[in-house]
Amino acid sequence: MTGELEGPAPEERPTPEGKRNSQGIRVDPEVEAEREPRRTVISALVEHEPGVLSDVSGLFSRRQFNIESLTVGPTEDEERARMTIVVEEPDPGIEQVEKQLRKLVPVISVRELPSDAMRRELALIKVNATRPDQVAAVADMYDAKSVDASPETATVEITGSRQKIDAAIESFGQFGIREISRTGPTALARGTEDTAASAQTAEQTSRHQPTQTQTTSDDD
Amino acid sequence: MSERAAPVTHHEAQDSESTDVDADSSPDAELETDATPVTTGAESVVRALENAGVEYAFGVQGGAIMPVYDVLYGSEITHVTMAHEQGAAHAADAYGVVAGEPGVCLATSGPGATNLVTGIADADMDSDPMLALTGQVPTEFVGNDAFQETDTTGVTKPVTKDNTFSTDADAVGDDVGEAFALASTGRPGPTLVDLPKDVTNGETDREPGEPRTPDTYEVQEAADPEIVRAAARRIEEAKKPVMLVGGGVIKGDATEEVREFAIEHEIPVVTTMPGLGAFPEDHELSMEMAGMHGTGYANMAITHCDTLIGVGTRFDDRLTGGIETFAPEAEVIHVDIDPAEISKNIHAEYPLVGDAATVVSQLAEEVDSSPQATKWRAQCQQWKSDYSMAYEAPEDEPVKPQFVVEAIDEATSDRAIVTTGVGQHQMWACQYWTFTEPRTWVSSHGLGAMGYGLPAAIGARLAADDDQEVICFDGDGSFLMTIQELAVAVRENMDITVAVLNNEYIGMVRQWQDAFFEGRHAASEYGWCPEFDKLAEAFGARGFRIDDYDDVAETIEAALAYDGPSVIDVHIDPREDVYPMVPSGGDNGQFALTEDQL
Repeated sequence: MTGELEGPAPEERPTPEGKRNSQGIRVDPEVEAEREPRRTVISALVEHEPGVLSDVSGLFSRRQFNIESLTVGPTEDEERARMTIVVEEPDPGIEQVEKQLRKLVPVISVRELPSDAMRRELALIKVNATRPDQVAAVADMYDAKSVDASPETATVEITGSRQKIDAAIESFGQFGIREISRTGPTALARGTEDTAASAQTAEQTSRHQPTQTQTTSDDD
Repeated sequence: MSERAAPVTHHEAQDSESTDVDADSSPDAELETDATPVTTGAESVVRALENAGVEYAFGVQGGAIMPVYDVLYGSEITHVTMAHEQGAAHAADAYGVVAGEPGVCLATSGPGATNLVTGIADADMDSDPMLALTGQVPTEFVGNDAFQETDTTGVTKPVTKDNTFSTDADAVGDDVGEAFALASTGRPGPTLVDLPKDVTNGETDREPGEPRTPDTYEVQEAADPEIVRAAARRIEEAKKPVMLVGGGVIKGDATEEVREFAIEHEIPVVTTMPGLGAFPEDHELSMEMAGMHGTGYANMAITHCDTLIGVGTRFDDRLTGGIETFAPEAEVIHVDIDPAEISKNIHAEYPLVGDAATVVSQLAEEVDSSPQATKWRAQCQQWKSDYSMAYEAPEDEPVKPQFVVEAIDEATSDRAIVTTGVGQHQMWACQYWTFTEPRTWVSSHGLGAMGYGLPAAIGARLAADDDQEVICFDGDGSFLMTIQELAVAVRENMDITVAVLNNEYIGMVRQWQDAFFEGRHAASEYGWCPEFDKLAEAFGARGFRIDDYDDVAETIEAALAYDGPSVIDVHIDPREDVYPMVPSGGDNGQFALTEDQL
């Protein structure tokens, strides 16, 4: 209050014309555009040790990254596990997800998978078995396997893309679905391409294709 | 610290079969620990610390950490017993800031560990190298809600660079070595190793190796040469360049490279708060600190520049104000060792990932001609005079805090170290102390933890050279939060001077209440404060008090001359506010010089 500073008041000062958007990118204020969120798959190779799953899930929660699913399982190397994470974020956010993941010490490498990567999800669907023959017919349609049957219930196992499973669930809905358990997608890159490239390569990859839109392809 | 009463190390005390820490030190009592093979996990832990060159550790004893303390007792490592674990963490943090290598703190399980959390979080926010070792209940009790059991790795996960729950006496030494190495490699930060009692008591003959980071931990030293070249061209063409120098420049020991570069190319320099000391504030090119309480000229320069060279800064919201109006016309060249900082808050046109010293040298190599910025520099000088940080100090009014900061600055050397708590006093220290050397500014920047100043002064004292004064500016509110650490400063006879800028308010909150809450001083007004000079005397320190301008010079002289901890209770003008100010999320260029401009 006392001892006030002197100098031109705020309204007497020149102001620059430029603006940034909320993502810190300089924009033309006339046509301000924020990037839209997109859904993509990130694959991370991690040390197979206790706590790493909580490291990753904690990171997502404290940085408020929008995560849709996360699967984790062992790999050909018993000391490594692979995590497949589906996130929905605008582009700068996806880059942040990759960089923040890479910073975790037990995380060895991280990569956003290209849109043609193989992605599979498994679902167990338990329905009422009042019309078993029709359940079998629908199961056939989706290449689903019957894994359990009781006088009242039938359970099928189905693998495939998210869309295929969504469609199957809708079809099985006619019998009355009792319970569903889905794994969320797990994924690998095609051909000789490494799913989890080294940190350096991944950095370059992400720089060269930062705005590529990801479309989920049904591989079946 | 004075020669005559250095902190007594435990191996010295051990010989006298007494826990009296005032026992005379006896150089003959030095133990030859090097050749002794380890037999337990705890011995392996301490050996790992010795291998890492650790000289000091700060901590508080307790059940689950006792095996480690028992070994420390016979070690060459000097342990400073703090009054509270928060003090231990802050002291270790400050030690790390000044020494440039991880400070070490210890605590027992449960409350010991949770009391460390504030200090760990502080180190995490400020990227300070620190290693915390916590005791834990024996492995077989973990998960049973045992006495003093807390999921310490769970609690500290979000505020550590990395943490580890040790499960094996054979591996525990390497766990500690790895945590130590991680704390200071790449972007520094706090690491923690949780040590179950059965692991530290467990038998092992495994000697821990030299501290090293895991093989999979990669740090990029040099930036992509192609982007360096592009950034160099941009700098050459800049009409209005500014260097924004952050704490990473100090942590990365890049001060010399940055100074040379800025001076060679005559680029005005703005610092962040953690960057204070990276560039001499008495240099013509220095625009001092930008941000919420930065100088008007720094904020003008940053708002109007066309090229912003950010080095070792994370573009924190207290610096940027509203993102939309931050350096809105600048192309950003961002140098940082942490790729995740690039384009996190402010998009960087030129992302340069790497070590600050290396990358600035790369830039220096590539930039062929200095930017043509004569007009811009003249403009910057004009802003310096337009928005000068001058203040009035009428003799018949209460003492201005700014005057006290400047008086102590004048009475001390260029290498004097300043620590602070958090609040108005911290901002006055930023604004009115002239920082010229790196690692002389020790504060709680990102976390903003009140109570940081005094324990930080203790840690800084042990890392500083004997000829460096250690000054703690504190507020009455901050000082009361960790005042118990004065007992440690007295016990260890540490030469530190605390200047409490006492306005009997949580002053920054009071200032905001005046500005944004119609002057309703909810819970910010003490109305009564202890007499800090007398309280200091009760602790065994020297106490002083300043009420008038007439007292200032000689009281400061007497306090600085005292070879031990002293406290000056400075009764400042309670109505004084911190300006300039950019309100939260505001436009840096529209900083208020007075409350009615907010």
